[in-house]
Amino acid sequence: MLWACVRLPSLALDAALRRREPPDRPFALATGTARQRRLVAVDARARMAGLAPGQRLAAAEAVCGDLLVDEYDPRATREALALVAAWAYRYSSEVRLDPPRAVLLEVERSFGLFGAWLQLQARLRGELSALGFRHSIALAPTPRAARVLAGVRDGAAVTACDALPRALAQVPVARAGLPEAAAAALAGMGMRTLGAVLALPRAALQRRFGQALVEALDRLLGARPDALAPYRPPDRFDARVEFGYPVQHQPALLFPLRRMLGDLAAYLAARDGGVQRFTLRFVHADAPPTDVAIGLLAPERAAAALFEVAKLRLEHVTLPAPALELEVHADALPPFAPEATDLLDARAANALPWPQLVERLRARLGEDAVYGLRADADPRPEHACVRDDGCGAPALPALPPRPAWLLPRPIPLRGPAPKILVGPERLETGWWDGGDVRRDYYVLELASGQRAWAFAAPGERGPFMLHGWFA
Amino acid sequence: MNAVVALDGLIRERRVWRGRPAALPPGAQPTGIAALDAALPTRGWPEAALTEILLPADGVGELQVVLPTLARLTRQGRRVVVVAPPYVVYAPAWQAAGLDLAQLSVVDAARGDIAWALEQCLRSGSCAAALGWLAQADDRTLRRLQVAAGSGQALGFVFRDRAALANPSPAALRLEIERHGLRVHKCRGGNPPAPIAYARS
Repeated sequence: MLWACVRLPSLALDAALRRREPPDRPFALATGTARQRRLVAVDARARMAGLAPGQRLAAAEAVCGDLLVDEYDPRATREALALVAAWAYRYSSEVRLDPPRAVLLEVERSFGLFGAWLQLQARLRGELSALGFRHSIALAPTPRAARVLAGVRDGAAVTACDALPRALAQVPVARAGLPEAAAAALAGMGMRTLGAVLALPRAALQRRFGQALVEALDRLLGARPDALAPYRPPDRFDARVEFGYPVQHQPALLFPLRRMLGDLAAYLAARDGGVQRFTLRFVHADAPPTDVAIGLLAPERAAAALFEVAKLRLEHVTLPAPALELEVHADALPPFAPEATDLLDARAANALPWPQLVERLRARLGEDAVYGLRADADPRPEHACVRDDGCGAPALPALPPRPAWLLPRPIPLRGPAPKILVGPERLETGWWDGGDVRRDYYVLELASGQRAWAFAAPGERGPFMLHGWFA
Repeated sequence: MNAVVALDGLIRERRVWRGRPAALPPGAQPTGIAALDAALPTRGWPEAALTEILLPADGVGELQVVLPTLARLTRQGRRVVVVAPPYVVYAPAWQAAGLDLAQLSVVDAARGDIAWALEQCLRSGSCAAALGWLAQADDRTLRRLQVAAGSGQALGFVFRDRAALANPSPAALRLEIERHGLRVHKCRGGNPPAPIAYARS
């Protein structure tokens, strides 16, 4: 087995930055009570300005006047780690969460599908960057070794257990993930690197430092199996963004929305599922939350398509009050069957398959704005044309000419007496459901050249009721 | 010069006006009406372009001009969309005209959304033809539709009142329905032919 460790060195900062537009000033996260606020994480600009985690906020603001500060949110940080694990599930069936800031995945069995480590690694890095996480990745035969290597040397890859001691020899003891007490004692004895520790006789180590250190070393080198609970992705998707300030306008909502639907898409890809219904919930300060349900005709999982539909749907929603929080919930995650596309089919760059076009039209024009038609065998013209309900077309009797346009309801036909072209055609039917009609239909030509389909009372030749146009 | 354009291609796409009209290769979209096919320079609808059909009133035979084409397209299994029809699309009559109703879709749109919906359908490349009833459309809207029809390789049909003839239009073909025939006011690839005698059935 080969384990890849995805280490997220600035997870808290990335989780905060993913929720907002990229700041144009130094940015830091702070926590603590109002009087004892301390920095938890700082971005590159703030670091350049001389700030560091652990600093008092008051001191930091004195050093850096235009510092942008956000509240450190441990829950958001945990959720971000869970998201990375859900994403990693796409590449391996064995994913382990390694809090606070690493995810381990077994990749050897995935090489057949995704290509050798170099290709898979490039792919992992590309997708992590797109998701907005800074990362370091390492490969090793044991999970612990992968984690240690990821913390020391980004991109390290060791594929055999025999090579592990040499690869780990230069790792400082403090960063080898050993029990803390033992690591401090070893450093105090002058053993700075893991190589020096591994060179010592095991029995002496056990006598002096206890069982814990030896077990840790054995796990590191693969002599003892490692027990981390495997990760199982949940059966629903929930994501949440707090804005920190009230947001009323559409454009400010779109950035976090795009990010969240991107997360949803990554999550769906990992599950090999799709989503057909999901809910956007806007939480207000002093009003009940606004729910916007979004339904699709067929399961979908492309981030761009989900965002497009949600955006069009939102254009028709007015929020009763500014939103403080945006949540995305998806309960039903049906299996997803990707549309089969032709390898040699050259389509225009902005081509849109019919189902997606319908989604787009429905999102803007309304749920039932797009429909098909079906002819029905009912002799009454009003009932002979129905929306397509999948019943299939019945065999129709041969009828005298029918107009291409039908008026929703008949209106009186005014003007000079028209010329009768065809008729009368007697329709006397509908007794079975109370919608009884007795009419004589005529095809009329008006003075203007229009051809009308109109009816009169049985046996009479006027006044006419206009019911359709022969267009 | 960043691209070399073949002269033949330009001529075949009827983008170059030539004083002496040359015989053009027949198009792939015959109208199904022999008299109209014979009069049009491409022997059919302009492909991947917008056609404007102008009428004095509803019910003068405006659909009879396009129904043979729509019947042919739907029978080939290609999608036809009707955007914001002015009346109920009466399925029995359209079926009797030879259309496969399974390939026909109707889109209801409010007045302000008609042009948008039509443009989406034309641009998507998944519709063979889209019909729209535009009450008012400015030059810019029609130009957008014309470009959309070109990029989506679709036939666009816009039905308008004949009062719109007073204004120029970017449509590739402008066809007026008259009392006893059809009159071409503008067509790509040649001078407009003489009025066409055409009796509606």
